[in-house]
Amino acid sequence: MESWSRFLDTFFNWEVIERYFPAIMKGVVVTIEIAAAVVVTGTLLGLALAIMRTFRLLAVNALIVVFVDIFRALPPLVLVLLVYFGLPNIGINLPSFAVLWLVLALVLAAFAEEIFWAGILSIPKGQWEAARCTGLGFLGTLTYVVLPQAIRLTVPPLTNRTIAITKNTALGTVIGVGEILNQATTAQSFSGNATPLMMGAIAYVILFIPVVVLGRFLETRFTWRRV
Amino acid sequence: MTTGALPILEIRGLRKRFHDVEVLRGIDLVVLPQQLVFVIGPSGSGKSTLLRCCNRLEEPSAGSIRVAGVDVMARSTDINAMRRQIGMVFQSFNLYPHMTALRNVTLALAKVLGKPRAEAERIGMAALDRVGLADKARSYPGELSGGQQQRVAIARALALEPKVMLFDEPTSALDPELVGSVLNVMRELKRGGMTMLVVSHEMRFARDAADRVIFMDHGVIVEEGPPQQMFSAPSEARTRAFIAELAR
Repeated sequence: MESWSRFLDTFFNWEVIERYFPAIMKGVVVTIEIAAAVVVTGTLLGLALAIMRTFRLLAVNALIVVFVDIFRALPPLVLVLLVYFGLPNIGINLPSFAVLWLVLALVLAAFAEEIFWAGILSIPKGQWEAARCTGLGFLGTLTYVVLPQAIRLTVPPLTNRTIAITKNTALGTVIGVGEILNQATTAQSFSGNATPLMMGAIAYVILFIPVVVLGRFLETRFTWRRV
Repeated sequence: MTTGALPILEIRGLRKRFHDVEVLRGIDLVVLPQQLVFVIGPSGSGKSTLLRCCNRLEEPSAGSIRVAGVDVMARSTDINAMRRQIGMVFQSFNLYPHMTALRNVTLALAKVLGKPRAEAERIGMAALDRVGLADKARSYPGELSGGQQQRVAIARALALEPKVMLFDEPTSALDPELVGSVLNVMRELKRGGMTMLVVSHEMRFARDAADRVIFMDHGVIVEEGPPQQMFSAPSEARTRAFIAELAR
């Protein structure tokens, strides 16, 4: 019985919950802001890169592949630290929020580009040919025939990757972005109690479960009757 | 036949080389208005490549191709405008799976010709009606049989009012009982005066619908003539062997 109350006191201390609830909520808002910014800019940049790649300009494509490979190979934490502590030395001072956004958006863009590109490649050549035979140009074919099909194919892998990368908003804690984990660790050190960390964990679950469920819904919604 | 009319399709000295394989080795072919020219030949003889060169899905290596007098190869020729006038029907239909039958037909009307939606849909419905599928306008390709899909593909080409239509083995991917519906549509097009170049092995259809049959082998036209003569009394040994194989 005693250990049970010690457990509750450590992880679900009501006093601590009451005191730090506003701080954790502030963190939730910041996390949502960064996640939304990362998802929108990252996927759009990834799509733009994949579209650029369809033009098959050798130099451009080589640059895209180099960018994509580097950003997929590096751990995001390394990038966050490198940008945050490195750039000021050459006179570029970005706020920590911007650093986190920039790094995660670029990482997501790298993965999204590969996913979109694979989707575009998986559309049979006959679709291009049929459209071109009706007089549609390259861009028209891409816009109306190929991309709508390719994007449907990419929804499941892209959703999974997006969830994985937005969870990395927690990395903001090492450069002082006031997101959930940052608020939680701060509160934990002030209160000397692990309850804020548990609050943070619960906040992540509440935040990301709907996204996971939405991903599963999109997966079924976006498959259509196959030929 | 309308002899003396200007040819719709005029191919001179057409050659096509893929790396070190010469698939077409000097093809001369003239298709007059309203003619149905049938191309037969063993696989690998270059039939499909010949068709695909006509609208530059494959880039010819040498020779000239004129459609209604316009040089398809000329740099001044707008290839997209040209392709609109050359309908193409594929063995594998190639319908857009994410669009309804009607949208498949109206896409180019709207996005290439810039027709307003109502007009595009009117033309699209008329084309679907011509292939007997007006009632399937709202269906997706995945909900249609192979024969129905191929007829939608024909309607898609037809809606643009092409000057000539190319058929690349249009019934080869179909179950036998679905072949007839597609051939009937092609017969109806022929009656309506459409100029057609057809790669196919449907001999019965060739007998009663073709004006001329061309036998190709190893990238050249071996022999050509009216279907009766080609199927009953071909003069070349290679043709005889192939026809005998087909009739088996």
